[in-house]
Amino acid sequence: MSILIKNGRVVDPANKIDAVNIQAQAATIIDAAGKIVASGIIDIHVHLREPGREDKETVASATAAAAKGGVTTVLAMPNTHPAMDCEDNIKLLQGIIKKSALVNVLICGTLTKERLGQELSDIAALKKVGALAISDDGCSVDSDTLMLEAFKKAKQAGLLTVCHCEDKKLSGKGVMNLGFNSTRLGLRGISNESEYKRVSRDIELAAKCGAPVHIAHVSCRESVDIIAAAKKRGVKVTCETAPHYFALTDEDIVDYDTNMKINPPLRAKQDVAAIKAGLKNMVIDAIASDHAPHTENEKDIEFDRAEFGKIGLESGLAISIMELIEKKILSWQELVNVLAVNPAKILGIDKGTLSVGAQADLIVIDAGKEFILEKKSIVSKSKNSPFIGRRLKGLVEYTIYNGKVIYQG
Amino acid sequence: MKEKVKILDQEGINRAIMRIAHEIIEKNKGSVDLCIVGIRNRGVYIAQRIAASIKQIEGVDVLTGALDITLYRDDLALASGQPLVRKTEIDFDINDKNLVLVDDVLYTGRAIRAALDALIDFGRPRSIQLAVLVDRGHRELPIRADFVGKNIPTSKKESVEVHLKESDGSDEILILEKE
Amino acid sequence: MLWTRKDLLGLEYLTPDELQLILDTAESFKEVSTREIKKVPALRGKTAVNLFYEPSTRTRVSFEVAAKRLSADVINIATETSSVRKGETLIDTGKNIQALKADIIIMRHNCSGAANILARSLDISVVNAGDGWHEHPTQALLDIFTLKEKLGKISGLNVAIVGDIAHSRVARSNIWGLTKLGAQVTLCAPEMLIPPGIEITGAKISNNIDEVLKNADAVNVLRMQFERDEGAAFPEQLDYFKKFGITEERLAKAKKDIVVMHPGPINRGIEMSSGVADGKNSVILEQVTNGIAVRMAVLFLVSQAKEAKG
Repeated sequence: MSILIKNGRVVDPANKIDAVNIQAQAATIIDAAGKIVASGIIDIHVHLREPGREDKETVASATAAAAKGGVTTVLAMPNTHPAMDCEDNIKLLQGIIKKSALVNVLICGTLTKERLGQELSDIAALKKVGALAISDDGCSVDSDTLMLEAFKKAKQAGLLTVCHCEDKKLSGKGVMNLGFNSTRLGLRGISNESEYKRVSRDIELAAKCGAPVHIAHVSCRESVDIIAAAKKRGVKVTCETAPHYFALTDEDIVDYDTNMKINPPLRAKQDVAAIKAGLKNMVIDAIASDHAPHTENEKDIEFDRAEFGKIGLESGLAISIMELIEKKILSWQELVNVLAVNPAKILGIDKGTLSVGAQADLIVIDAGKEFILEKKSIVSKSKNSPFIGRRLKGLVEYTIYNGKVIYQG
Repeated sequence: MKEKVKILDQEGINRAIMRIAHEIIEKNKGSVDLCIVGIRNRGVYIAQRIAASIKQIEGVDVLTGALDITLYRDDLALASGQPLVRKTEIDFDINDKNLVLVDDVLYTGRAIRAALDALIDFGRPRSIQLAVLVDRGHRELPIRADFVGKNIPTSKKESVEVHLKESDGSDEILILEKE
Repeated sequence: MLWTRKDLLGLEYLTPDELQLILDTAESFKEVSTREIKKVPALRGKTAVNLFYEPSTRTRVSFEVAAKRLSADVINIATETSSVRKGETLIDTGKNIQALKADIIIMRHNCSGAANILARSLDISVVNAGDGWHEHPTQALLDIFTLKEKLGKISGLNVAIVGDIAHSRVARSNIWGLTKLGAQVTLCAPEMLIPPGIEITGAKISNNIDEVLKNADAVNVLRMQFERDEGAAFPEQLDYFKKFGITEERLAKAKKDIVVMHPGPINRGIEMSSGVADGKNSVILEQVTNGIAVRMAVLFLVSQAKEAKG
């Protein structure tokens, strides 16, 4: 089947194209006049929750949400039940994906068995069965020796290590960013230090053995500085941030909105500024949603007891357009770089471009379209979005995955 | 639009209060064991003026107090506005006293009912008598005044306003016609 | 000035006028407790539920007395946090109480923000009787009421708050309330017990108790809870008393009529000496008495606001 998208503004930084396309014949014709046509978003930090917590989300519901958000490839984090720490478990997930995924789902294996930080997973076996990266996301391996060992094994296997950087001895029982706002709300704080010290350590260990390292969900200014310095001296480090780290601050948690309880936490204004600057000067390579679905039972409770995390597959693009394009932080070329081109490079997959002959994963965006995010319109099984009720701008009109229209707005 | 008719001026009010003072003394055979308690707000000022008049006549200081009836009102739950709770100040023992309760306007009688309830919480006076500057009729409870400054027959559409120097800057009683 | 809030969650949320209205109303209510019959029918037929997730005798009893003096019916529910975790959620508990047609929930909870969460989920009134480290509005109101009674005003006063500021809801509520009413607050504690950013409220910070006492019109001494295990660093007990304890010797160098307050219960010999606790500057028992009037005012106002709305 052929689809023709005409009159749209094609943004394809990989091929240095930013122009209006006019083309010939096809079976399906999408008139994209006034719209943006770009590669599908590659979201390298997503919690699908299946297997194990199908009450929160499933591969089917998450990939439907992805399609609605213009995401055509996701990297599934391994903290499922069971965790993706062995061949069998990954095969189990692959079976589910084959049956019910609407978009491309890639799998991240665990660094350590059951993500306990005690004993390494069989990293070579994870690679063999098809994992694209390894991570203990949600936890950081405390032991320096074990972490160094992990980097070595990952390098041998040719796998990328994704690091959740948090020193739990420092973050402790904290539930939000440490500062005036944690003081005024009477909540235990999480310092920047608990993040950046671990960023620093992981980069040092990776550099020691020459393994590539990817820092997940960068939230604070010091982390950005440390990564910038490491890049400068040639360390193979990449990193991502999430839309909430440039759209929200800890000041937004005014009335104990548990959908704003996230780990790492929403930080201060200076951190948001540093994240935006990091995106602009390419220290931060990618934007990923850190889509973390939780049920109402786990969120509609006391702030201290609520789970960490928010959903983000459906709102990430709109938030990025509002905060980065509208506020003139990034150009469309630069935005597509961090949403698609760079994530593909980080994972080493042949995607993120509109090159002739490439798999047709692309989206048509009405960048000026405003809408109010309503709870009932959320496709994800969980509704824990801090943006519910807010006026957002930038709607996906079409999501085309592998040449097929999988979502139409 | 409201049309105002002045019923009493400063002199009229003074005369009415002086007459009430005389009647109180006459009825209680002097001022022994007498005390006067005004209902907030204007009742308190009238009570003080009555006490001053009694002092003029008898040369005796009569005990006076102030009663806030907000917490006893039977329309607390219905009130559309928000009643302000003010201080009750009765710094003497009311047991076995002849107590004169004072209010500006007697209308439905409900405020007096609330005041009686409140007073009973303070003790057991030998008697409670009621003095009002204006009785405008339309009682909803079996209550009557012992001392009345002026009887003013009104319709329910009208309202009576008592202005006193202490609270309103001038002494006058007006009838207002609601359209 | 119209009271429009169905809840009292914290003093941070109130305007100076609203604070003043509570204090004025409390002044009227104070007289009720001096009567032979200490009861008015203002909340007759209303039901107040004391929902306490944390053990507390004095605050619970104070609220119970206040509600009863207003003729409300009072139901006490004390719940162990541990069992709650497995069972009913806070919001479910609240909705059940609402379904019983209660009118006011007075809640003490160990989690900051619990009262905010409950209040936004219910139509009935919620009065915060202390939530985590967040706020304890009625305690601060009674402190301020007592201070005003003693010194005649709040605006322009220098008020010191001494002790574990970081983990104190009493400190936070006092800082908001006093600052809004124009007092200068100075916090005095070891550095580890000063929470980050607190100076943004306008409070000054010092670790020299003698200096602070020299200028203070009043000192509010917080209870030191050394037994609390929050994983936080705590000073050594004797060392704390030596450096920050309020003693007769220290007080001798302060203003002659300095007002000494304590939210209770006192750890004698830890945050203040017995001589100070029982001394002429101490208003600790008056605070307890004033607590009734302040809580009556709060219960009355929140219930009136609801009526005015509905």
